[in-house]
Amino acid sequence: MFKILKYSFFDLIRSRWTYIYCGFYMLFTFSLLWLSSDLSKVVISLMNVVLLLCPLIATMFGVMYYYNSREFTELLLAQPVKRTSIFLGQYLGVAASLSASWVIGVGFPFLIYGVFGSAQAGNFLMLLLIGVVLSFVFSAIAFFIALKNENRIKGFGLAILAWLFFAVIYDGILLLSLSLLSEYPVEKFSLIASVLNPIDLSRILILLKLDISALMGFTGAVFRKFLGTGLGMVVSMAVLAVWVVLPVLSIRRVAMRKDF
Amino acid sequence: MFRWILTCFLIPMGQGAIWANNILVCPTCPVFSVKEGIRLAGPCDTVTVDGGHFAEGNLLIDKELWLIGKNWPVLDGEGKTEIITVASNHVHIEGFKIENVGTSYTEDRAAIRLQEVSDFCIKNNQLKNAFFGIYSQHSKNGIIEGNTIHGEAKEEVSSGNAIHLWYCDNIKIINNWTSGHRDGIYLEFVNSSTIKGNLSEHNVRYGLHFMFSNDDNYLQNTFRNNGAGVAVMYSKRIGMHGNLFEKNWGPSAFGLLLKEIHDSEIEGNQFQENTVGIFAETSNRIVYTKNNFIQNGWAMRISGGCQNLQITSNNFIGNSFDLAVHTSGADNKFDGNFWSDYAGYDLDHNGIGDVPHRPMKLFSHVVSQTPESMILLRSLFVDILNFSEKVSPIFTPENVVDNQPRMKKWTAASTVKTTNTPLPKALPGKFLQPALNSQEGADNHFK
Amino acid sequence: MISIQQLHKSFGTNKVLRGIDLEFDQPGITAVLGPNGSGKTTIIKSILGMVLPDSGTISVQGENISGKWRYRNQIAYLPQIARFPENLTVAELIRMVKDLNTSTAQDEAIISLFELRPFLDKRLGNLSGGTRQKVNLVLTFMYDCPIIFLDEPTAGLDPISMVRLKELIHQQRLLGKTILITTHVMSLVEELAEEVVFLLEGQIHFRGSLKELKEKSEETNVERAIAKLLEKQITEMSA
Repeated sequence: MFKILKYSFFDLIRSRWTYIYCGFYMLFTFSLLWLSSDLSKVVISLMNVVLLLCPLIATMFGVMYYYNSREFTELLLAQPVKRTSIFLGQYLGVAASLSASWVIGVGFPFLIYGVFGSAQAGNFLMLLLIGVVLSFVFSAIAFFIALKNENRIKGFGLAILAWLFFAVIYDGILLLSLSLLSEYPVEKFSLIASVLNPIDLSRILILLKLDISALMGFTGAVFRKFLGTGLGMVVSMAVLAVWVVLPVLSIRRVAMRKDF
Repeated sequence: MFRWILTCFLIPMGQGAIWANNILVCPTCPVFSVKEGIRLAGPCDTVTVDGGHFAEGNLLIDKELWLIGKNWPVLDGEGKTEIITVASNHVHIEGFKIENVGTSYTEDRAAIRLQEVSDFCIKNNQLKNAFFGIYSQHSKNGIIEGNTIHGEAKEEVSSGNAIHLWYCDNIKIINNWTSGHRDGIYLEFVNSSTIKGNLSEHNVRYGLHFMFSNDDNYLQNTFRNNGAGVAVMYSKRIGMHGNLFEKNWGPSAFGLLLKEIHDSEIEGNQFQENTVGIFAETSNRIVYTKNNFIQNGWAMRISGGCQNLQITSNNFIGNSFDLAVHTSGADNKFDGNFWSDYAGYDLDHNGIGDVPHRPMKLFSHVVSQTPESMILLRSLFVDILNFSEKVSPIFTPENVVDNQPRMKKWTAASTVKTTNTPLPKALPGKFLQPALNSQEGADNHFK
Repeated sequence: MISIQQLHKSFGTNKVLRGIDLEFDQPGITAVLGPNGSGKTTIIKSILGMVLPDSGTISVQGENISGKWRYRNQIAYLPQIARFPENLTVAELIRMVKDLNTSTAQDEAIISLFELRPFLDKRLGNLSGGTRQKVNLVLTFMYDCPIIFLDEPTAGLDPISMVRLKELIHQQRLLGKTILITTHVMSLVEELAEEVVFLLEGQIHFRGSLKELKEKSEETNVERAIAKLLEKQITEMSA
């Protein structure tokens, strides 16, 4: 598996898309830092960006890579290599190269502006971590969708739809149901519902950093316990880890049963 | 008052004066009881207590007197009684550690009670584990300065206030440090008084609490981590300048609560990381200007019945919500502020955005209907919602609009000086060496 | 060496293989023939474990392959369409396959045979179809495997390379290997194959030597023989 990972990673690292992705983040971060040399503001702006772009790009990249390497996968399948190693290796290669682009693209400008040693170091590391986790989650989802669908157009469509669902539609439905159910105690429901969506979950981790003052305005005891103590951080991290593991297991399952 | 200064305050400076005696009390002295020392003293005498630990029950001061502690003598109530009761005008108490008043559910025991007196000065004492710290009733023309008052209150019902004033006039409360009480400073029916440079933190209820008090000023105080910062209720003509309201978190927490306050000015304050910066209810003719609102949950919540507000020249930076206005007051003004999430442009480069800013977001409205939806803050869906509302407002009040939003933040705003925090931060309960453990500078109070 | 029993496979509603029984226990070159969609590639992929059969068993070297993967180093496989990771160079790809399959490889000899040396540092994305097929051939023939599957081996090759490929296959035959070729190029069959398996609609329609095929169809040319078999089938069906 690690051999496959290594080759997929180096293959992607040399792809111009990786450079474009990395370059985009670097340009974006540099321009933000240049416009406002206040590190905390830039971290906040990027926190909004990471929730949107990391999942989107990971989804597109994951689907694209899977379809593009279809024949290569067949070549590998004929080799004396375990089936699951091939797919997990390729997936990890994509996720790792995406994460590398993100970390380098955003990390390098911040390093130059001296983030370590500033008060923002913690938030900055959190930002990087969230970007990496989201890349892993959404490239896994993308791989899963691509594995399930031989038709590229359909695969791309479904992947975009999945992203749209997690990024926008899910929250819309949640907000709607919260307002419809506002007569009832919906505290636990809203919390659980948010935790089930990896983007919302990452957003909560960010909220815990940025909007703790507003969040502490909740009357509900469950919210306060979840958000006000380390519990929120621990649970969020744990569920995010589940969100990485779950699609990977699905990839494994589908890969075991698929014909090529 | 000046007469009193001439007769009494100047005496200890010229120790040689014939008609003022100094009585020394210490554990190994001929006079080894504070109570005895007070009994022996005549009017305008000084009783100096040098070190020692005295548990003598209640000390009644019924004559004009200077009671001075040297080397931190301890007056211990042993959890049973009120410690000092002042029942005479012209009393000066300085340099004591006063400890262990003990909780009572039937009487308001205090470390120092001022009972219908005037021209007093309570200075540089360290009060610990007092039920009420300094309790002043029907008193006037006094100074409470440089005291540290630390309690260990956990809940409202079983705790007292650090500085409690009731029916008082012209009191100066300066550079005190209060923590761990119900209210840091409590004023009820207190007029024409000044509260300056105090630090009030970790109190169960409010850092500072005004009730039915008029014509008061409080300035350059810090209110941090209290149940709520400052509550100003049923009062008129209050000036609030250059204070720092910080980290007052909780479901009903705010930096500053205004309830039925009229004709007041809130200027140059900093509200930072509070659940709600200012919560105003039925408060008219209030000027909010040059304040900094930084990273609060809500910078300002203005509920019903607030007329004639002027919210101008403030900075709103990084708050989750800048404004939640639920009042129809047509004559409220929101112009000339800096809003960090203003997205307009300034083509004529006059420093004022060319597009009016609507500081109230639709989502703020949604959250007030369904508080749980807060969990969706900063989500893309909510951003889209806010954007569409911004393009064509339907739910947010029409008149909540800044017609002259600033492009750059006001640098002159907020007169808070962080160095103004009266006492260095130390572990609660650990006593500090006082800056002044002598009479030097005592006459500076009235400058 | 290879034994297939009652192999069934359908993709959706399309029944591709309907009970295939095949044994290859002698060294030799077998051409697997049949019209498009008759299941040639599916059989090969089933043996490789790339396609998972609905029912039936496949054994390679006496071992049931279900759920196994190590047996694949006994098989050299030339896939039909060769598309590789575009950003790798030829040399890197070869190194990588060698990394995955650690049996001794004779890549140098094959590279020289197909004159690939000038392309070693080129990116795979920039290669022509024929050159890619040559790379594909290198990857297949560099290992000394007892079983060789060639799926349309001549696609895109120039005449010189074609000749060299034939020589190579012949050489492998002499080494005593079991070789399966699917192709539509009948001259190749005529030149190389000792035995023909003719598939039609997921079943083995004919299996036998080239001679038997010609005798059965009363034709002297393989192409015609095959065409005749097909025609016969169609008339039988319409009758």
